[in-house]
Amino acid sequence: MNHRTWTDRLFDGVNYALLALLAVVMLFPFLYIFSVSFTTFEQYLQSDLLLWPTRWATDAYEFIFRSDSFMRAIGVTVYLTVVGTIVNLLFTTTMAFGLTRGIYGQRIVVLLVLFTVLFSAGMIPTYLVVKATGLLNSIWALILPSAIGSVSLIIIRQFFMSLPQELFEAAIMDGANDLQLFGRLALPLSKPALAAFGLFYAVSHWNTYFAGILYLNDPKQWPIQVILRQIVVQSDPTNALGAAEQLMLDNPPPPMTVQMAAILVAMLPILLVYPFLQKHFAKGVMLGAVKG
Amino acid sequence: MPNASATLTKPIGKPVGRSGKIRAKLWRDRYAYLLVIPGALFFLVYKYVPMLGLVIAFQNYSPFLGFARSEWVGLDHFRTLFEEPEVVRVMWNTLVLSFLQIVFAFPAPILLALMLNEVRSQLYKRIIQSIVYLPHFLSWVIVVGIFMIFLRAEGLINSFLEVAFGREVPIDFLTTPAFFRPILVLQVVWKEVGWGTIIFLAALAGVSQELYEAAIVDGASRWRQIWHITLPGIRSTIVILLILRLGNVLDSGFEQIFLMLNAFTMDVGNVLDTYVYYKGIQQSDYSFATAVGLFKGAIGLVLVVGANRLAKRFGEEGVY
Repeated sequence: MNHRTWTDRLFDGVNYALLALLAVVMLFPFLYIFSVSFTTFEQYLQSDLLLWPTRWATDAYEFIFRSDSFMRAIGVTVYLTVVGTIVNLLFTTTMAFGLTRGIYGQRIVVLLVLFTVLFSAGMIPTYLVVKATGLLNSIWALILPSAIGSVSLIIIRQFFMSLPQELFEAAIMDGANDLQLFGRLALPLSKPALAAFGLFYAVSHWNTYFAGILYLNDPKQWPIQVILRQIVVQSDPTNALGAAEQLMLDNPPPPMTVQMAAILVAMLPILLVYPFLQKHFAKGVMLGAVKG
Repeated sequence: MPNASATLTKPIGKPVGRSGKIRAKLWRDRYAYLLVIPGALFFLVYKYVPMLGLVIAFQNYSPFLGFARSEWVGLDHFRTLFEEPEVVRVMWNTLVLSFLQIVFAFPAPILLALMLNEVRSQLYKRIIQSIVYLPHFLSWVIVVGIFMIFLRAEGLINSFLEVAFGREVPIDFLTTPAFFRPILVLQVVWKEVGWGTIIFLAALAGVSQELYEAAIVDGASRWRQIWHITLPGIRSTIVILLILRLGNVLDSGFEQIFLMLNAFTMDVGNVLDTYVYYKGIQQSDYSFATAVGLFKGAIGLVLVVGANRLAKRFGEEGVY
């Protein structure tokens, strides 16, 4: 490399500093919430400005883990995420592969899928259809109506098409049918792509909120984000517009520390899969952006 | 299956007549159809049947009467739409919010990408990236929740103002209309600035190293390098993405806004999508809400298709 002038160094210094500042700003909310969640209720109420607990306590977390509605919602969401993602991958990969075999009407179907990216019927007609198909008040209302992401389908299909054709031709000559091509060739070869999209779908399920309040009336069926929302918002008298939400905690509203603990616990799974997300996601996005 | 009119046969011995050929292919593709059918059914039921359901925008739909027996009112709802002041307000809110997002939230990832691109240490770059990508994967419930915890009357910001500046009365960030839009834009930036850099970093990687080397030989400082090489290098990417973003101008992030709205901020915060929800689901004004939704969807379609065409044309010109 050439010699670096002092302006270069200044530039670098400022750049590094600004980036560090940005990182701190991004992280600070989490750090704050993390540390304050380990305070006792009283301590929080007493102090004017609390940045760090004077005595570490797990009160807030005990409260959460003893809360029936919270734990139930976690269970519901785990189920939703696991089953939902399996359904997603099943529907998406089968259709994507089937549309690479050159069947009659293939081009029309692909166009119809593309069209759904540009236009959607909207909330009301979709709600009415979900109602008509009997899914209201069932967890399946959160799974079936979103079984396939159109963009994911298109990208996965392109991925299948990019697999080396000679492998398929060889298998066909050995007498393989399309199902076998799918199960024994295409799927094993696309593990990275499947992992990426599986994670993508899973995160989306874990973060489900609105579909939960739209389609589910029974609080026992609500996913974690809905319960979390209630916990955070309950102490806010200004939030009278919370849809069909009702008070499910019969004590006084949960203190801030509990709200913070709840947020962190709800965030935990995302944090755990985050390294994998990073690895696969950026690649998946690039795949789509380059080919799309 | 032998066909009387066959005179040609394929090497594998399949007879070739018009209908025989079609049937043979259908039979040969039977497993592919099996693979496609579940997904196709999904699209049919949950994407296309609702589009048929859009007809209720032209009716006075009642769930009791159903489609068949609800009264038809033609374009009445659309006429009301143009005259209803709330619709005008809501449309305005949508556009203003989108505009603010484009002015503030669109350039942010570009700036960050430029900064990251200039970092020499791969390790430092990756650390920053890891930190900055995270909010993208969090739900809006969590992001809005975090902001609420900070901005409430008892929150950290107000506590800080009290302790540092002796400010007795807390600022009502969350219930003051004037703060609503800025907070929303800030949330979007916090959540998405990191993730948004990915595509720009990819574009930046495509700028030829030789150009930089030549510029350094000519004595150009880092600033000049950025101004004369880097920025022009990603110009077409920026323009294309901007055009595409404009295509989505009527979309404003339903869940985020829904979570932030309250009685005090409705006037500035209610956008088309939330309006459709309140009118349609909460007030059960199915037909009118669907009409509004259809109106938005149709305009959105025109905008998106137009934007895509424009972007494509620019892409072809812009590549030199």
